[in-house]
Amino acid sequence: MSTPAEEAKPLAKKKKKVPFDYSPYIRGGKLPHIWCPGCGHGIVLKSLLRAVHASGTSQNDVAMVSGIGCSSRTPGYVDFNTLHTLHGRAITYATGLKMANPKLKVLVITGDGDALAIGGNHFIHACRRNLDLTILVYNNFTYGMTSGQTSPTTTQGKISTTGRHGNIDPPFDTCTLAKAAGATYVARGTAYHFQELEKIIFDAFMHKGTSVVDIIDACPTYYGKYNKYASATDMMEQLEKDGTVSVKQAEKLTPEELEGKLLRGVLHRSERPEYSEEYGKLVTSLQSKK
Amino acid sequence: MATNKKRFMQGNEACAEGAFYAGCTFFAGYPITPSTEVMEISSSRLPKTGGVFIQMEDEIASICAITGASLGGRKSMTATSGPGFSLMQEGLGFACMAEVPIVIINVMRSGPSTGFPTGPSQSDVMQAKWGTHGDHPAIVLIPASVEEIFYETIRAFNLAEIYRTPVIVLYDEIIGHMREAVTIPQPGEVEVVNRVKPTCAPSEYKPYDTTLGDIAPLAAYGEGYRFHVTGLYHGADGFPTNNTKLIEEAGQRLVRKVEDNKERIWKNEEYFLDDAEIGIFAYGVSARSAKFAVRELRKKGIKAGLLRPLTIWPFPDSAVDALAERVKTIIVPEMNLGQIVHEVERVARGRCEVKGIFRVDTEPIKPAQIIEKILGNGPMPSAPVSPTDSNMSEMLIERDMLDG
Ligand SMILES: Cc1ncc(C[n+]2csc(CCOP(=O)(O)OP(=O)(O)O)c2C)c(N)n1
Ligand code: SF4
Repeated sequence: MSTPAEEAKPLAKKKKKVPFDYSPYIRGGKLPHIWCPGCGHGIVLKSLLRAVHASGTSQNDVAMVSGIGCSSRTPGYVDFNTLHTLHGRAITYATGLKMANPKLKVLVITGDGDALAIGGNHFIHACRRNLDLTILVYNNFTYGMTSGQTSPTTTQGKISTTGRHGNIDPPFDTCTLAKAAGATYVARGTAYHFQELEKIIFDAFMHKGTSVVDIIDACPTYYGKYNKYASATDMMEQLEKDGTVSVKQAEKLTPEELEGKLLRGVLHRSERPEYSEEYGKLVTSLQSKK
Repeated sequence: MATNKKRFMQGNEACAEGAFYAGCTFFAGYPITPSTEVMEISSSRLPKTGGVFIQMEDEIASICAITGASLGGRKSMTATSGPGFSLMQEGLGFACMAEVPIVIINVMRSGPSTGFPTGPSQSDVMQAKWGTHGDHPAIVLIPASVEEIFYETIRAFNLAEIYRTPVIVLYDEIIGHMREAVTIPQPGEVEVVNRVKPTCAPSEYKPYDTTLGDIAPLAAYGEGYRFHVTGLYHGADGFPTNNTKLIEEAGQRLVRKVEDNKERIWKNEEYFLDDAEIGIFAYGVSARSAKFAVRELRKKGIKAGLLRPLTIWPFPDSAVDALAERVKTIIVPEMNLGQIVHEVERVARGRCEVKGIFRVDTEPIKPAQIIEKILGNGPMPSAPVSPTDSNMSEMLIERDMLDG
């Protein structure tokens, strides 16, 4: 938003910026969404839509597949080929769909619980295959939909409804896991750094192979409440702004200074044959033998 | 016209061949005895014919992948056995709710749990109907010979496409691994049905629009029809709803679309039933022994007959009803501890006696067991009603047991 001072400046001097029009991507009559005030999921959606728009991909060629959770409700609001599936299984439906029609650009929307707990096995196997899927993990450190239980990314010591005395479970680092399992594009962004997030999602979407983006966003309603964050903005500042450092900034910091902070930006990028293309090659070679 | 090829093949092979005949171009699965051959044959054939084969990390992933693939426009299947079928239940419910045609093959083995993996069984007949939670439609076919597996797999794909719902083919390990002759029809000789696609403009398309009937046309993702699919209760446009009236309507319709068409889905074989006083209601491999028993009993002048369902769900109520009306006793042999017998009792409503023959030692129910049950504990007839295991297998491949 512009300040009154800015508005007072003569227009001619200012570069005219056309606001991004989200409406072609939002399904008519499907808003308001179910997300709580202050939830990060809506901010992430804006970055996501801008990234898909920037890619120039026709909406007919985009499929969005999700599991179950607050984040997984995203496909119901956007005008793509959308599939809202079972808790933890988004990646498996997406795998079937992508292999059935490799021309589709397939986005997977999943939560930290959806992707890394119940869907953990599918997550690592997708990374191993390197099928061209863009997996966006909305990581709010908790199970939002079921009201704030411990998730596989909940920080140790934090309170949840199933970790009332402080969580003792060691968390997963989504990015380390994805890289180890073989994903060829691994990055982290936050809802706070929404412009940077747009670029990361764009990169992930354009990348051929399995790309994983760990997106830190806030669940003020549960994680925020139980862990005594003053507000949604306070949460964003503590978890997303101060809780992360960019890969570039990190170069200048000591291990002590990096303690407890998550790295932001592109964390891993490699080249490996993409699964549906490899399958296509197999089909071509078998058919030419006939 | 080219003559039809007769091939000697295994039940699981006949299943894969039937699927390819029906136009299946997508297989996702996870290996499990005694169904693995279906997967292995698919892995060899599908890439050669431009289809897709993918080995998934488990059976949950498999059923979900075929559902995704079906929404991408491909006829899709998976094959499994007890433990894998248990894992698939949530995905099965999703496909019912989202109305996505898929075919699931369950080659039944002994359970519960790992049971006796190579041992046959018929104990998933109830799970196939009730395994997934919530009220839902179920179409389950139950062939009894290798050739029948071929044709029933084609029928399974056709029914899945017609009714936009998962169809399960159940057969036991014996038939799955048995080898028999199958006459492979020419392309076009057996009807192959494809799902109805929308013809309206994409902006008009509603994936659950029932103004023209209970089953709406199904577009494929990527064809320009951008639609939404969810496992939540949804309205005609596919979007979630919490309107209790719409939920009631959708829940009713889901079950009704199969229930109202059960006469088209039912398929039974009747054998010596016209004047029967004793009816045997048997399916799958047990029906083969029952057929042998009927012939032996007829030789002794006992009026026995067989009713054999090829569609076990929806349950063949009217055929059993007619049977209960005219016989004194119905015998239900099953390789489980009594599952379908309760359905027979339900339909018979006390009009005749219903007796089960149950067995879970992984041995097939033998004709002698059925004959003994019918003759009571009285003196055994002189006919070879107590065959040894070796002449048992001869009986199982006897040709005229297969035709109706
Ligand atoms: C098989 C199954 N188990 C449990 C649930 C209940 N459930 C729904 S959403 C959810 C957790 C969602 O958390 P997350 O994936 O982190 O997404 P968020 O809601 O935080 O966006 C759970 C446990 C379910 N729907 N299905
Ligand atoms: S419960 Fe948490 S994750 Fe769910 S919408 Fe509310 S703030 Fe977002």
